[in-house]
Amino acid sequence: MTAEVNDPRLSIAAGGSASFRPLLEWLARRAEPVAIGLVAILIGLALFSLFILAVGKSPVTLFQLMYTGGFGSWFSIQNSLSRAAPLLLTALCVALPARLGLVIIGAEGAVVLGGVAAAASAMPFIGVVPPIMLFVFMGVAAMVVGGIWIGFAGFLRHYRGVNETISSLLLAYIAIALMNQFVEGLLRDPASLNKPSTKPLPKDYMLGQIPGMDVHWGLVIGVVACILSWVLIEITSFGFAARIAGGNVRAAQIQGLPVGKLIVGFTAIAGGFAGLAGMIEVAAVQGSANASLAAGYGYTGILVAFLARHNPLAIIPVAILLGGISASGGLIQRRMGLPDATVLVLQGTLFIVILFCETFYGRFKIFNPDLWKRS
Amino acid sequence: MEDTGIGLWGVPLAIFAGAIRVSTPFIFVSLGETITERSGRINLGLEGTLVFGAMTAYAVAVMTGSPTLGVLAAMATGAIFGTIHGWICKWPKVNDIAIGIAMMQFGLGLAFFLGKSFIQPVAPKLPSIPLGGWSAVPQVQAALNINVLFFIGAALALFLWWAFRNTRIGLTLRVVGDSTDAARAMGISPDRVRLLATAAGGSLAAIGGAYLSLYYPGSWNEGISSGQGLMAVALVIFARWNPIGCFLAALLFGGAGALGPALQSVGVTQGYYLFYAAPYVLTLIILIATSSPTRSLAGAPGALSLTK
Repeated sequence: MTAEVNDPRLSIAAGGSASFRPLLEWLARRAEPVAIGLVAILIGLALFSLFILAVGKSPVTLFQLMYTGGFGSWFSIQNSLSRAAPLLLTALCVALPARLGLVIIGAEGAVVLGGVAAAASAMPFIGVVPPIMLFVFMGVAAMVVGGIWIGFAGFLRHYRGVNETISSLLLAYIAIALMNQFVEGLLRDPASLNKPSTKPLPKDYMLGQIPGMDVHWGLVIGVVACILSWVLIEITSFGFAARIAGGNVRAAQIQGLPVGKLIVGFTAIAGGFAGLAGMIEVAAVQGSANASLAAGYGYTGILVAFLARHNPLAIIPVAILLGGISASGGLIQRRMGLPDATVLVLQGTLFIVILFCETFYGRFKIFNPDLWKRS
Repeated sequence: MEDTGIGLWGVPLAIFAGAIRVSTPFIFVSLGETITERSGRINLGLEGTLVFGAMTAYAVAVMTGSPTLGVLAAMATGAIFGTIHGWICKWPKVNDIAIGIAMMQFGLGLAFFLGKSFIQPVAPKLPSIPLGGWSAVPQVQAALNINVLFFIGAALALFLWWAFRNTRIGLTLRVVGDSTDAARAMGISPDRVRLLATAAGGSLAAIGGAYLSLYYPGSWNEGISSGQGLMAVALVIFARWNPIGCFLAALLFGGAGALGPALQSVGVTQGYYLFYAAPYVLTLIILIATSSPTRSLAGAPGALSLTK
């Protein structure tokens, strides 16, 4: 009976106590993305090591530094967590539309405009309302603007047939131009000479640190957003409908699902999260809106979402991992004399290998209980 | 600005000159993407290929003193990037759009990594042909000082237009692009044709990058491209996968891109950044105007995932 089953453990379970079988089936299905993901990361790291060897440096030293700089001490862990906060939100901006089959890559646009909206909406209320109210105003303004921005790409996709990948990226370029225009024109603080910025938030109106940690509240907001997104997709009927539409648009339409509303709604929520990332950058890190908002969080978020296979809960560890990698960039630059783009090369390599490894899904019998021999 | 007596005429002249100067990378990237998309694949990674081509061309020109060698080296690296994309995409369940995004990030990262030491040195520039000798006005002379690559791009557009219809290779490419099954039935290997088409597309996109670093703006830095590689993908849709359409659309985009600097040169500084956004806004408007949710686009290759 074990002829078709490759793994001896499975044959024992399949032939033995039947009560273990559902558990094993559940484990096997859950294990597939984890196993393939880990193998992909290992292949990516191996290729990257070859590259580092080719430029005459030691990959071992590099990975050690990467660990030290990202997770080696409490200080570096806090640094990684701070960097992970915006990635959680920008990754959601990619992952939520992806559940509907859309590839949105313009989160950067929602981040910068969200930041500008947050800074602009704060101005009239500083000193008028308590800080917590101000954060609510800023957050709402950022989410509305970000939501409109990415929701527009979703709208164009459904109602005009415009490819959302290209339109969202064009919108990101337009958003950066708009941000520059606002920051250097209408909203510019005359006191900001070298680096045009909006008027800085007073110290007591800054989004502070989580008690006991040197990490700002953005991390908590990001984690909560991921959990809410998971609930939205996996538990609510809205998310269920979205998953059906993502699997097969025509089938969803035949079922009478409001595909257009789903697409616009999901892209708007996604953009809202990215906008919130911009608000956090302004309220917790920069203190004002300026060109530093376009720091590439939107683009790294794409990688995080694909690595997490668009699962909002998986985004949390992946974002922390990538936050750690980017946190170690400075250390690698100083200690090894490698350019700051080293991290980008690693990210690009991992990204390509992970997408390539999609081809392995469904190829291994061990992960597919339907192919196991029934006892 | 020095007053030479042509006053506001400087604006249309600057837009004309800018259209020619700025359009050249668009011409090469969009022609390359046309070849790739005609085979039924989409390569969104051309932005990375373009920037890597710009870096390679600049580095090779610095080291050998020959800009021509720089362009050839860029073409070689572009072909390698295209080959990687084409090879990965032949596997089942691999999404060509997502791989394109990954290749873009990889190409940008690698170009910044390897190009770090070439930001300082000065490379020899690509030659241009002075066609304005008949005029005594320096601006006219400057505007008609046109780079050889522009003419090569124009000739290439004509050639590709002809080749898609009249050559065996062109017909093979179109069969593969319109129906994978029909191509297989004819004994053509769709994967191999697409791999070669993506490699050719990458190689042309890299020429666009070489133009950026070796002619206009003529230096290598990390902000060398402002999304030309991606806008060219949108431009190909607008041009309906027609090489001559690509050439004309590239000129239009070049003109839009030259609007900001042209207005700035005559002293218009208000809304400078908004003029900078003109090419992106134009691209988006054109995409909206030419797309439709109900029918597939006229002239679109049948096997293209982009338009499904």
